[in-house]
Amino acid sequence: MNVAYEAVIGLEVHAQLRTQAKMFCACGTTFGLSANTQTCPICLGMPGILPVINRQAVEMAIRTGLALSCTIRSQNRFARKNYFYPDLPKGYQISQYEAPICEHGWVETYVNRVPKRIQIRRAHLEEDAGKNIHVSGSSHSRVDLNRAGIPLLEIVTEPDMRSADEVVAYLKSLRDILMYLEVCDGNMEEGSLRCEPNLSLRPVGQQGLGTKVELKNINSFKFVREALEYEIKRQTKVLDEGRSVQQETRLWDAEKGVTVTMRSKEDAHDYRYFPDPDLVPLHIAQDWVEELRKTMPELPSARQKRFVTEHGLPDYDAGVLTSSKPLADYFEHCVKLFGQPKTVSNWVMGELLRELKNTGTSAANSPVSPERLVSLLRLVEDRTVSLKVAREIFPELYASGKAPEHIVKEGGLTQVSDEASLEKMIDDVLAKNPAQLAQYRGGKEEVLGFFVGQVMKASGGKANPGKVNELLKKKLAG
Amino acid sequence: MVLHKLTLRELQDKLTQGEVSAREIVHAYYLRISQVEPKIKAYITQAVDSARAQAEALDQKLKNWRRTMPLMGMPLAIKDNICTEGVLTTCASRMLGTFVPPYDATVIARLRGQGYLLLGKTNLDEFAMGSSTENSAFGPSRNPWNLGYVPGGSSGGSAAAVAADECVAALGSDTGGSIRQPAACCGVVGLKPTYGRVSRYGLVAFASSLDQIGPITKDVADAAVLLNVIAGHDPQDSTSADVSVPDYTRALKKKDVKKLKIGVPREYFAEGLDPEVEQAVRAALDQLNELGGEIIDVSLPMTGVAIATYYVIATAEASSNLARYDGVKYGLRSKQAKDLLEMYMKTRQEGFGPEVKRRIMLGTYTLSAGYYEAYYGKAQAVRTLIRRDFDAAFQEVDLIVTPVMPTPAFKLGEKIEDPLQMYLSDIYTISVNLAGIPAISLPCGFSKVGLPIGLQILGRPFQEETVLRAAYAYEQATNWRTRRPTIR
Repeated sequence: MNVAYEAVIGLEVHAQLRTQAKMFCACGTTFGLSANTQTCPICLGMPGILPVINRQAVEMAIRTGLALSCTIRSQNRFARKNYFYPDLPKGYQISQYEAPICEHGWVETYVNRVPKRIQIRRAHLEEDAGKNIHVSGSSHSRVDLNRAGIPLLEIVTEPDMRSADEVVAYLKSLRDILMYLEVCDGNMEEGSLRCEPNLSLRPVGQQGLGTKVELKNINSFKFVREALEYEIKRQTKVLDEGRSVQQETRLWDAEKGVTVTMRSKEDAHDYRYFPDPDLVPLHIAQDWVEELRKTMPELPSARQKRFVTEHGLPDYDAGVLTSSKPLADYFEHCVKLFGQPKTVSNWVMGELLRELKNTGTSAANSPVSPERLVSLLRLVEDRTVSLKVAREIFPELYASGKAPEHIVKEGGLTQVSDEASLEKMIDDVLAKNPAQLAQYRGGKEEVLGFFVGQVMKASGGKANPGKVNELLKKKLAG
Repeated sequence: MVLHKLTLRELQDKLTQGEVSAREIVHAYYLRISQVEPKIKAYITQAVDSARAQAEALDQKLKNWRRTMPLMGMPLAIKDNICTEGVLTTCASRMLGTFVPPYDATVIARLRGQGYLLLGKTNLDEFAMGSSTENSAFGPSRNPWNLGYVPGGSSGGSAAAVAADECVAALGSDTGGSIRQPAACCGVVGLKPTYGRVSRYGLVAFASSLDQIGPITKDVADAAVLLNVIAGHDPQDSTSADVSVPDYTRALKKKDVKKLKIGVPREYFAEGLDPEVEQAVRAALDQLNELGGEIIDVSLPMTGVAIATYYVIATAEASSNLARYDGVKYGLRSKQAKDLLEMYMKTRQEGFGPEVKRRIMLGTYTLSAGYYEAYYGKAQAVRTLIRRDFDAAFQEVDLIVTPVMPTPAFKLGEKIEDPLQMYLSDIYTISVNLAGIPAISLPCGFSKVGLPIGLQILGRPFQEETVLRAAYAYEQATNWRTRRPTIR
């Protein structure tokens, strides 16, 4: 008989901070420049050079720590993590070991609409490594150090997640927070947000932890899910067969959809951490933290709660709208102009979000501005166009960038409300459907709906349904 | 006029009076170098072309320029672990045998700003690891007082160059005595400033928490002049102190030590101290007493564990600092390697000498998982106790006076096969680095065979002024500085 297992998952996320300069030198942090052009003696690790801590990176770490409800440590020490690799110019990475800048926080997320809190163990500052470039067919590899020294915040959770769904939900919430704070661009494909899950299985109900496997080389939300689901299946099979899981680091192979051994426990590095004598302890005064607290934007979870209480939105709407700062800003802009939050929410979550997703566009760059969307909503409200027509023309509005009034006018889509035209259509419909007319007159009043439908059809959807209703009742009564 | 015999201040006067041109100075010094260098071997690199060009340019300027700068036209030698833009900086290692830095160390930029002339780069023990310059990949330097003896180390090339008049003054670096010990061996003045007083940016790191750059000069006043130029906060070195820099030459006005309490640590006058050295240092203490100083016995109880503490901390930091020499980016890359691991191993095997390898291995071991607390953690704790010893002593006294080394200079080859004996030659200098305090070494006599003996004066952190005042008073009251080596 097979045992049911529970997955226990923790996550290490490396977020590249969007500072102007690198962590310990004045070089820029642009992505994609030609190799080794964004370097200086300091980030090249030349003899005699010394690091100087980037204040902006520290501020970003503090602000992130505050957003993750962490304690900000006042006494910080940077440490050297020693290992040899060609993309690591000094032969050590400057990181934080015993004294991380942020500790003991949490992130609140929703998993299938159920709230879940993930504990943050720590977040610490460190410098990124460069990149090895393997040229196929060449016997030599090359090294690009443009990325070397870019500041990273490594954010480590407790092993609080139990499924790939929870991991993806946490990761999305974390990314939302980092992007709200404008400290990271959240781009997993370009590597500015990297995640390394560790996963173990245990029989359901057991308290202790199983043997942990670390996963690397995961660069999209899709791969996070696929890699975890694969690894859960793999470990389940190993355990079901009566074998034991090996403690190791495994690489996700996206092409084959499998994880493969990268290095076993025996090959694990001894990093020989020790305090970096080139950097004096960094003292973070409480005043500085409070100063930064004042600059904090409203965060996704707070904004979500406010959308429910202030705009009367359902939890779900509030969650979707606040998942991205530009989208939430867009929504609030519209509400400010138009009111009626639920109507606006339906449009933003429905028509707008669909087009944004299809075109891979941020709400901040939407070709339909909040003003234009509100114009369209006004046309519906004053019955110039029907809701149906408004929905139908939205894609055109989005694609062309034209004013809604313009599209309505050009397409002759104005709603028909004048009584003479409507009465003529009603008379036609009644004349063509004598059987239904008899039914109505015989007391079957629900046939009214049938007549309304027929009139709307005859008008090509342009008839004002309220007016049609009113006139029909009058006619039928007469 | 024999230019090379002058002190920095005397030479400066001649230049500003128009009695001599920068071109003549450079010419005179390279002439001197060509005469004695084959015997002394103080230099690794002579920057002849650039020094001549700098001198010409300076002379042109001086034609209609009345400004003076403290180091204008002064021909200096720089220890070859201090980066000089465009000039080979080897650290006396095969690893950096062809390394030309694209940047100046902060101290070099400051010297440049004051119009100095770079004569060349001086020899040292590889990566400053040693006490005799015998660990240089390019061969040892010789002691100008007796060519069969070592000039001390690791700044042996700088000290020998100053003693042999191959430069007017020099810069060295001091991690455990590497300025003071060779200065003592060669009968010149060497000052190790307070940790953080002088920027380390561009000094190729040996042990970052101990390294400090300082002057090696013909007399105390010249040391003050050089320290004025190199001292001060540097935003590029976060361990450099943001403490204001006084004019150190003002410390030289009083030629006495009146009202100063001078401590004599009993632990420094114990077994292993050569009687000739003890006699010379005791005589110097009498002299200081005559100059108005109050001599007081003090105790530095942790002295006995200083060497062990030092060799844990210094090697740990070195093992990490020297990891960057991997054949990937600059310096040596072994031609024998077939894959990455081989490239690392063969490059480091071929590039480093035995003492450097020994220290990398020691340091790697002491930082390893399971050993860290027992070695590195413990050593840091003891370092704090050593610092407290000095804090306590400096509650009672203003200065501490000790020998620089237990013996005068030793013979070439005498200790090279016995690293522990070699390490012991730094027994009186190492604690100063662990405590981060300033100390000067200056001549206080000669042994029977005619080798110089050094006197060490230690001060409170950032009290280089008091150290210089006492050193100057003693120097002016004695004649040791007038004795010069005959090179043969």
